[in-house]
Amino acid sequence: MRGRWGVIAFLAWLAILLAVGLFAGRFYIYITTRIILLSIFAMGYNVLFGRTGLLSFGHASFYAMGAYALALLNLHAIQSPLLGLLVGVLSAALLALIIGFFCVRHTEIYFAMLTLAFGMMVFSLIWNIRSVTGGDDGLYGIMREPISFFGLFEIPLGTDRQFYFLVLVVFAASVWFLRRLARSPFGLILSGIRENDQRMEFAAVNIKNYRLAAFVISGAFAGLAGSLEALLESATSPFMAHWSHSAEPILVTLIGGVGSFAGPLVGSVIFLALREIIERFTENWMLWFGVILLIIIIGFRGGVMGVFSTLTGGDARTSAQGHDDHV
Amino acid sequence: MLESIVHVCLAGLSAGMFIWLVASGLTLIFGVLGVLNFAHGSLYMLGAYLCYTMLSFMGGNFWLGVLIGPLVVCAVGFIIERYFIRFVYHLELPYQLLLTFAFVLIFDDVVKMVWGSGSIGSPSVPGLAYSVDILGRLFPVYNIFIMVVGPLIALGLWLMLERTWWGRIIRAASSDREMASAIGVRVRNLYTWVFVFGAWLGAMGGALAAPYVGLLTPGMGESIIIDAFVVAVIGGLGSLKGAFLGALIIGLLTAFGTRFIPAFDMFLTFILMAAVLLWRPQGLFGEAK
Repeated sequence: MRGRWGVIAFLAWLAILLAVGLFAGRFYIYITTRIILLSIFAMGYNVLFGRTGLLSFGHASFYAMGAYALALLNLHAIQSPLLGLLVGVLSAALLALIIGFFCVRHTEIYFAMLTLAFGMMVFSLIWNIRSVTGGDDGLYGIMREPISFFGLFEIPLGTDRQFYFLVLVVFAASVWFLRRLARSPFGLILSGIRENDQRMEFAAVNIKNYRLAAFVISGAFAGLAGSLEALLESATSPFMAHWSHSAEPILVTLIGGVGSFAGPLVGSVIFLALREIIERFTENWMLWFGVILLIIIIGFRGGVMGVFSTLTGGDARTSAQGHDDHV
Repeated sequence: MLESIVHVCLAGLSAGMFIWLVASGLTLIFGVLGVLNFAHGSLYMLGAYLCYTMLSFMGGNFWLGVLIGPLVVCAVGFIIERYFIRFVYHLELPYQLLLTFAFVLIFDDVVKMVWGSGSIGSPSVPGLAYSVDILGRLFPVYNIFIMVVGPLIALGLWLMLERTWWGRIIRAASSDREMASAIGVRVRNLYTWVFVFGAWLGAMGGALAAPYVGLLTPGMGESIIIDAFVVAVIGGLGSLKGAFLGALIIGLLTAFGTRFIPAFDMFLTFILMAAVLLWRPQGLFGEAK
């Protein structure tokens, strides 16, 4: 998404999503909700992965943290959905701050392995502390109460369609925030670290703090997506925290295009739509997805957005943004 | 109490040697090629399944299966390196990891298509399918066999790397790829063969581990690969000696954890992994670069 065309494309996408919410049947609403949740997860993840080049296998734990925090609050105390989301996001951000504090000391493979270790610690806790987390059953029976404005009026969320509009609003706000972030001095410094961290260090930038900030922000968005999923399904599952769940936003980003802001968005749509389509014909969806992944990595590392900008003769640098600089 | 400790130790040692069977190939490949191979668990799984198929279709005995099954996986390894991994050596880490991850997805489904998505009981091993009495409790002979095979593989690898001409070439290529290439080592071919050899080790591990685990399941590769990562990291990425000792540590830690604090055995493993990465990223037995 560059400049005006990006904004127009995004508004067109919002219009389509709005139309889905107004006219589509229950099944499509559900699928689209899942697409939006994955978009939020992947766009947040891309703050870290796309902007600083760090590959985290621990983000599933922040996703789960958001979901479980909302679930625990909802089951034991207050059912307010907005408060639940807030608590979910804040707990995920806090966990990301603690884990990130240790992880940003390393980069490359050591960073990936550290996030894997911490993420699996969280997974093992969720799995084993049955009395709090329900163990392998997860937590269920989460209530979707109406959003109440001081008792003056209420917005019901009971049906999937009503809930869909809440998700849509959260999504639009997230995109707006992340877009602002990408263009802010903060975002530019992150890109700078990605391109050449030594140079940024010479420019008196404290790299670790910036990496940590990116880690926490992306963790908070993972928590947001997680707590929304808990509300959608009225349940949580320990596998939300499993390392393989952290691979999902990476795959999505890769399909959509690593260097582009819209990459994770486009990727989420393709990923879930493709899965729906392939699963109608065959049970072996992972096989086909693996093959697609191979093709992308060997041949089209810019992803869909990369191919798109090559076709339209756009600025190819944006699509490949430094990722192929050795080729 | 003493008997109990002895048994926990035995369980830990055999579990450690079982992980070492997988971690050895993973570590060798990472040490030489510099690629952390997610698909190594899948090669392990393929080894186990192919060994099983050799048994049920050809009616041969277990050892024949252990010999032939992994050879088929070598061919798979050859294709993976020559036609795929070769193209990502120069790319950034995420691409390398994701490429091997793609093979995890592919092989998981291939196994489901060929052998079904349910579990299969593992073949029993003629001559080793009984238990002996150790201090009043039964202990499977096959576990003792694994405890012997593990160190033998370690010894074999050590002899090959330190004492043969091939080993010297491999060590040269792993310490300085360009220099080795300059003095006439065909590094590209070497990489292929090291990967094939690593794949063979992984597949052997799978074939030998099947009777130890008892079940063949399509997800077996994914669960073992994380254990292998933990072991490789704790010992020091790329260090075979480290992986061997790391496997022993993790095996014993898990066994004692399961015995005394069963709710936190998995947690212990990962906390050790994180602690090592923070305190000594080169691993407990690796050398700082």
